[in-house]
Amino acid sequence: MKFTIQVNEGPYQHQATDSAYLFTKAALEKGHEIFRVFFYHDGVNNGTRLTTPPQDDRNIVKRWSELGAEHDLDLVICVAAAQRRGIVDDGEAERNGKDATNIAEGFRISGLGQLVEGAIQSDRLVVFGD
Amino acid sequence: MLHIVNKSPYDRNSLDIAVSYKADGDIFLLIEDGVYAAMKGGAAAAKLDGCTVSVLGADIAARGIAEDKLIDGVSVIDYAGFVDLVEANEKVQSWL
Repeated sequence: MKFTIQVNEGPYQHQATDSAYLFTKAALEKGHEIFRVFFYHDGVNNGTRLTTPPQDDRNIVKRWSELGAEHDLDLVICVAAAQRRGIVDDGEAERNGKDATNIAEGFRISGLGQLVEGAIQSDRLVVFGD
Repeated sequence: MLHIVNKSPYDRNSLDIAVSYKADGDIFLLIEDGVYAAMKGGAAAAKLDGCTVSVLGADIAARGIAEDKLIDGVSVIDYAGFVDLVEANEKVQSWL
């Protein structure tokens, strides 16, 4: 079955991003397809490579990047939410005149249409958030 | 339909809203702080009367809630079971 996952909460806030990650991992282990993971609202903060959590804590951002690389996941960050919160890739840096980027490996920034497409193309849309 | 509730009923009213939309055959999955609703003797436990309830085992364990402290009839599942519930229910609503 095809799933799209929506993540509305930032890392280290409550538990939603952990639940989303563990659900995604379990779905992949069961042989399901993850059509897309869409990061919305504060969820876009899951996609900054500049976090440095303590070494004995889980690295939420890296964990998404690694799962993404392993399963070729489409990790999409909402552009409007990203602009508000300072999540920047090369294209956004150029467009908005920023002096740096911070997007983590495997993530890309795109529009809300990607969420709508995920909902249409997938059998299930599962939302995790605050 | 699968109703997912992730906040404590002592903090938010999302469980009340979820239960108010209950239809025959619906399943309520309690995750994160939502699991507090399924504690035996809790003031909110009665809200789940007549509901089919599952809780995420990892989330009760993380809160120090033993299975024998849950109201009767609750299924304790893992993330694979969570995936199965989503697969089995054509409609899935997270009451955020």
